[in-house]
Amino acid sequence: MTKNDADVLIEIEDVSKFFGTFQALKSVNLKVSKGERVVVCGPSGSGKSTLIRCINQLEKHEKGDITVDNVTHDGTARSLNAIRQKVGMVFQQFNLFPHLSVLDNLTLGPIRARGMSKPDAEKLAMQYLERVRIPEQSDKFPRQLSGGQQQRVAIARSLCMEPQIMLFDEPTSALDPEMINEVLDVMTELASSGMTMIVVTHEMGFARRVADTMVFMDHGEIVEVAPPEKFFKQPDSVRCQDFLQKILQH
Amino acid sequence: MLKKLSPLLLLLPLSGCASNWGWYVVDPTTNSGYNNVWFLLTGLYYTVLLSVTAIVISVVIGLLVALPGLSANKYLRGFNRVYVEFVRAVPILVLILWVYYGLPQLAGIAIGVFWAGVIALALSDSAFEAEIFRAGIQSIDKGQYEASHSISLNYADTMRFVILPQAIRRILPALGNQLVYMLKMSSLVSVIGMQELTRKANELVVTEYRPLEIYTVLVLEYLVLILIVSAGVRWLERRMQTDERN
Repeated sequence: MTKNDADVLIEIEDVSKFFGTFQALKSVNLKVSKGERVVVCGPSGSGKSTLIRCINQLEKHEKGDITVDNVTHDGTARSLNAIRQKVGMVFQQFNLFPHLSVLDNLTLGPIRARGMSKPDAEKLAMQYLERVRIPEQSDKFPRQLSGGQQQRVAIARSLCMEPQIMLFDEPTSALDPEMINEVLDVMTELASSGMTMIVVTHEMGFARRVADTMVFMDHGEIVEVAPPEKFFKQPDSVRCQDFLQKILQH
Repeated sequence: MLKKLSPLLLLLPLSGCASNWGWYVVDPTTNSGYNNVWFLLTGLYYTVLLSVTAIVISVVIGLLVALPGLSANKYLRGFNRVYVEFVRAVPILVLILWVYYGLPQLAGIAIGVFWAGVIALALSDSAFEAEIFRAGIQSIDKGQYEASHSISLNYADTMRFVILPQAIRRILPALGNQLVYMLKMSSLVSVIGMQELTRKANELVVTEYRPLEIYTVLVLEYLVLILIVSAGVRWLERRMQTDERN
């Protein structure tokens, strides 16, 4: 698959990652274009989370290069900051700050890392709270919200940094079933607004609706990269066929 | 508060059945007794001032020693280990004597009794504070750091706005303990002539020859002081908890 290099926003080249002697990523290559929505799936332990966590260096890779918007991770604080400013992340466990109100959760980054004034940051925060449809919860604390609401706050917190890319690390896996859709709806809306997204998820309905590109990983390798029409109908690899059969049969 | 002090009433009959008690030395209805009680109470000023100054300094040093202990750099961790093990191994009384009599010679400076006491108590306590902070910070979920990184907070902001506010809530009971401990250990500074509660009592014993009564009053002074501090810490704990819940 070739892509126009001018449009490439994230380039992962020959990346390997070890946890002790266990190799979590084995020479992984992936290009993501501006505005592209990539859904990564695969069995647990296949390295999907590790892969996206390497993009903003929550995990450091040992080999290969990761370039985001023409900045390559070179181990310096400068490249790290430059890339983290461009990349937002949403976690499985939300990771909201429990001692801060919803509004303070959202304004902390804009005020401290982007140097915004408090009133401006609060205006921005309310704007994104409306976008995730919970402006009325701004004064509450995270623990007073449902899981689905907490995850939407977490999405808004990331968006307040106005990133070019959003990473989602199994954003609905810790949620009760009835709350999954409210989060997926927000993500779908975000996708339709043109945001570049990489989503690790098992929600295949969402993947079919939203993804431009499906990526299947197994044992630290990218086994299959295909558009969803092809990916779900006739994947090339046997491993991918097996996996899809298991998760789509019910 | 009154309810908590009521067990003290049990001590009263003791004075009745023992013929060798001479409460007159601290009987506030007589002139000399009143002066003696006042003399003993004036020690409160330096006990409280010394303890509070020392605890503030030890908390600051403790935090500054704890942070390198959490670093990925092994030399920074080594510094933390050496500091904690070394300072923890010196008895407080020995440290007081060393700072008061030894340090002026070594550094070529004059140190007053008060600051010698503050330095010795603060240093000694800082090793324990460092361990408390380290434990508190380590108890915070890794996800809090990851979320902070993902919104581009630097190390100082992550600590200041995310990690420490949560850690301090968790270690508040332990910090309260240290304050109580500090109030008690401040009595040791009496050996270098600090005019705090214990020194005052010692001096009065020398002139009045009634150690039993005077030291009993001293016990009660510490008891009341520490009960008040404990109640204060508990109030603060409750307040911070409701902060987080409401």
